[in-house]
Amino acid sequence: MTQSPQQPPSHAVSVQVRGLRKSFNGQPVLKGIDFEVAPGEIFVIMGPSGSGKSVLLRHMIGLETPDEGEILIDGQPVQSPETMNKYRMAMVFQSGALLNSLSVGENVGLYLSEHRLKPAEEIARIVVEKLELVGLKGQENRSPGELSGGMKKRVALARALVIDPQLILYDEPTSELDPLMAVAIGQEILELKRRIGATSIVVSHSRDLAFGIADHIAIIIDGRILFIGTPDEVRRQSDPIIHEFLTVDFKPKQRKEDS
Amino acid sequence: MFQNIGEILILLWRTLGALPLTLRHRRKVGDQLFEIGNASLLMACILSLFIGGVIALQTGPRLAERGLSNLLGGLVGLSVCEELAPVMMSILIAGRIGSAMAAEIGSMRVYQEIDALRTMNIDPIHYLVLPRLVAITVALPVLVLFSILVGWIGGALVCSLNHQIHLSFSAYFNNLRQAVEWFDLTKGFVKSFVFAVVIGIVSCHQGLQTIGGPRGIGRSVTKAVVNSIVLILILDYFLTRALLFFDK
Repeated sequence: MTQSPQQPPSHAVSVQVRGLRKSFNGQPVLKGIDFEVAPGEIFVIMGPSGSGKSVLLRHMIGLETPDEGEILIDGQPVQSPETMNKYRMAMVFQSGALLNSLSVGENVGLYLSEHRLKPAEEIARIVVEKLELVGLKGQENRSPGELSGGMKKRVALARALVIDPQLILYDEPTSELDPLMAVAIGQEILELKRRIGATSIVVSHSRDLAFGIADHIAIIIDGRILFIGTPDEVRRQSDPIIHEFLTVDFKPKQRKEDS
Repeated sequence: MFQNIGEILILLWRTLGALPLTLRHRRKVGDQLFEIGNASLLMACILSLFIGGVIALQTGPRLAERGLSNLLGGLVGLSVCEELAPVMMSILIAGRIGSAMAAEIGSMRVYQEIDALRTMNIDPIHYLVLPRLVAITVALPVLVLFSILVGWIGGALVCSLNHQIHLSFSAYFNNLRQAVEWFDLTKGFVKSFVFAVVIGIVSCHQGLQTIGGPRGIGRSVTKAVVNSIVLILILDYFLTRALLFFDK
């Protein structure tokens, strides 16, 4: 199931989100979301904190059930068990979400060992290979508690790679990382797209990451998608809310005070 | 607590449906068994010794005054194996193991580890609940058997050492052997098995329901222990009533 870098890219999937609505305790979080992600593209969902990005992402892998609307993976509803069995999907959580009771190596090989897809020696070999890919060679016996935030994210990435995913979802992959590590993770996402050809959906509020890796960017504000387009189209947007989100920094305030 | 009974029963039903997968998860079951034994054996020993001792101490002098001290073996033997060992051990295990289960699963839920399992198409019920439930239903009856034996010894020690009772080991155990039948031991086993299911399923359910941060985990642990103990005591009454039908 898992393929080495030399093998051809896996079959990427399309994702369609139609009329998605979700409320928590009567508070609407997603207010009718529609978009489509083509197979093999990197689709970045950007928006300020609390705009519903992560909730949207959780819907796309079946962790949340929508109040209204549907999410289709290659035309099949994500909530159906057949879809989960048929397509290989992985999510890289913001915190890494590594199982603390397992070692790094056991975490990375968990999918293969739990589904009994490979013998133990083969799993160990794959784990070493995937950890090497994310720059964590020789870390398989360490406990997740001993790792830094960036290392945890890389282990989570290695764990996702073991699945040989057709769809990878990244939740804030560069948050809490230093700029060097953030660039490294961004490059890793691009490299993965090139190597395994999977469809990637990235949720982030990092403008650098979004414009650096995206084929398409969706801007979500207050539970609604305001705009979808290529990075250039997004840059050219004149909508004041989008413009402010994309351009705001500390300097204008400083200038105001100076004047 | 009672509004969650339906959810708890559904979780139990789904876990029972996964029982054929137990062999596949035998390593995790083994880990849990070690955890339960390691955490509880010494405590079980101390608790049981004193339970047996205190019953003998409470009843022994009064019976001895009336010349009935030779009945003490049966009295301690029956009360320990039918009632005190299963109930007290279950309460101890609810406090030590149920709380640990709720805390571990609760923190896995809060820190998205359970979500990570689900994204890997690994059913948390198979991965987390099944091994814990199997382990506790195996371990608690064994601990109760151990507790019964130690409790009897505790009673015997007090009977022989207390000058008001002054009943020899052999007289105590002779009477115990006459009074306690295999069916009485079975009653203790049946109760401990049911209580183990209650502790396992209530604690896992509470862990899976955890929301919020560390405060939520703390709340889940408290609820798991309190709900388990309340259910154990309620079920104890009904089980005792039910088992009385099978008495001669």
